[in-house]
Amino acid sequence: MGELRLMKGNEAVAEAAIRAGADGYFGYPITPQSEVMEYLMAEKPHERTGMVVLQAESELAAINMVYGGAACGKKVMTSSSSPGISLMQEGISYIAGAELPCLLVNVVRGGPGLGTIQPAQSDYFQAVKGGGHGDYRLITLAPASVQEMSDFVKLGFELAFKYRNPVMILSDGAIGQMMEKVELFDPVPRSKEILPWATTGKTPDRERNIITSLDLDPKRQEDFNLKLQKKYGEIEEKEVRYEKIQCDDAEYLFVAYGTSSRVVQKAVQLARSRGIKVGLFRPITLWPFPSKEIFAMTGQVKGILSVEMSAGQMVEDIRLAVKGKIKVDYYGRMGGIIPTPDEVVEMLEKKIIGG
Amino acid sequence: MAEITLDQIIQPENLVYTKSRIMTDTVLHYCPGCGHGTAHRLLAEVIEELDLQADTIGVAPVGCSVLMYNYMDVDMQEAAHGRAPALATAIKRLMPEKFVFTYQGDGDLAAIGTAETIHACNRGENITILFINNGIYGMTGGQMAPTTLPDMKASTCPYGRDVRMMGNPLKITDIVATLPGSYYVTRQSVHTPGNVRKAKKAIRKAVEYQKRNQGTCFVEIVSNCNSGWKMTPADANQWLEENMLPFYPLGDLKVPEE
Ligand SMILES: Cc1ncc(C[n+]2csc(CCOP(=O)(O)OP(=O)(O)O)c2C)c(N)n1
Ligand code: SF4
Repeated sequence: MGELRLMKGNEAVAEAAIRAGADGYFGYPITPQSEVMEYLMAEKPHERTGMVVLQAESELAAINMVYGGAACGKKVMTSSSSPGISLMQEGISYIAGAELPCLLVNVVRGGPGLGTIQPAQSDYFQAVKGGGHGDYRLITLAPASVQEMSDFVKLGFELAFKYRNPVMILSDGAIGQMMEKVELFDPVPRSKEILPWATTGKTPDRERNIITSLDLDPKRQEDFNLKLQKKYGEIEEKEVRYEKIQCDDAEYLFVAYGTSSRVVQKAVQLARSRGIKVGLFRPITLWPFPSKEIFAMTGQVKGILSVEMSAGQMVEDIRLAVKGKIKVDYYGRMGGIIPTPDEVVEMLEKKIIGG
Repeated sequence: MAEITLDQIIQPENLVYTKSRIMTDTVLHYCPGCGHGTAHRLLAEVIEELDLQADTIGVAPVGCSVLMYNYMDVDMQEAAHGRAPALATAIKRLMPEKFVFTYQGDGDLAAIGTAETIHACNRGENITILFINNGIYGMTGGQMAPTTLPDMKASTCPYGRDVRMMGNPLKITDIVATLPGSYYVTRQSVHTPGNVRKAKKAIRKAVEYQKRNQGTCFVEIVSNCNSGWKMTPADANQWLEENMLPFYPLGDLKVPEE
């Protein structure tokens, strides 16, 4: 059993980064995730593991520091919240285009604009549909507990290096701020391996390494895009993750991730106490989205309610997944408001069962 | 007297100049007479002379020199417009034993990337910055740059830069020299053989000083963009001398105390 601690989600991300053997963290303060860098700085990771932690002058600088470090084959990451992640989008696109591994953490707050510092899930589109320019994808992990905040740092780095692709942990202000028991994984040492593609200095035994996303030749640029799409196809094939809760006998289904999924878990209990057989399908990877697995449920359940802290973003992917076979609707709150289990059950009855 | 053949002349002992082996054989895409090629060569020669090939990581962002990685036989990263100092910051901090440089145009370094420039230099990142100031945006076709001189014409100021409407040219190198984190700051040019020699000495210092870990080394090279300026290479160099240099005077702005 690993070390047990009571921690905030943001602190768990920071501690997990040190333990995962991260080489560098570059960030800029923004609520509700500033504890990530604060915890790192207090921990003196340069003494614990030699990890570099730097407060950048902006998210723009931070994401480009991540690019520079990732291009050296180092395990690097940043964290921010919605407005900061918006500012990073050009850099994220470059990172995807140069096929660099890195970990990005978005502790989402409500928007648009400066919005609110309260939790939201309204950056779903930005995370899973692109956000920056060009045809690229982020592997997107959605933690629903402080435990998963820690675990997904490790998993995120593994996936990032496996596919040379940026990975995003799409969390929210509630999970970032709340304290829970977390079992920390045992620390792994920082890697000394020199990756063959990384810019670490051209030694006589190899050609120079170039990290770029530029190719002005249309044919080669298209070929490169096709190669990316092939990689994305492989990720869709192999890396889908989800959890099913009380789905075995379910006649109706909630789909929810992150903080919403915790509310919905309560809603499932409440509904069942009233005799409604409903289950929860919790996507853990938002991209790749568990489309096949959700489609498979259409033979069993009569309708699906997507519960989100947004105006209804994931519901579009659910609709695509079920291909019109059963009814799909959405219920959500915005502006930093978290739906209550009562509301959720009421909406299931109104929009799906009665509707 | 016996006739001397060409073959007799082309002998190793008669060699006075050869291309640095840090320059690849790729043909430069720069316009004939452009200063970029000369600046590349000087840096390549210094890297070769100091035997730094295996330790060098370079960063060239968007601008005419975006394809620098095709010409330099060292590991390189291509950066987003303006962000090279951020990349270089991370590279150097993660691998402090390496030699890390950025090579940036004036639009890149002094407009879109001003924050990254100032903050990297102010933190005293142990990197070497080569700043090519040609007073214009070369790559995108000759638009006004932060460095465009008052009344100078560019495609987005076709009647000349009206400073009351368009703002003043920015002497960012002067600002960098005032920052506590900068260690060596100098302004050079490559428009005459004499200046090329001086510029090379300055680049060599800026590369060597990085080992001292005392802060940012910053070399501005006042250069031409004959295409953007719509001049012949010779006219451009003369124009540079008569107009750019009085505004951007050559010489050291900050030298280490020995
Ligand atoms: C975010 C972004 N904005 C604008 C551009 C277009 N752009 C490419 S290079 C450039 C200006 C380059 O000028 P400079 O840095 O002075 O270098 P030069 O080409 O003169 O060597 C611009 C505006 C871009 N690539 N990215
Ligand atoms: S456009 Fe200007 S800066 Fe670019 S290569 Fe031509 S002369 Fe040089």
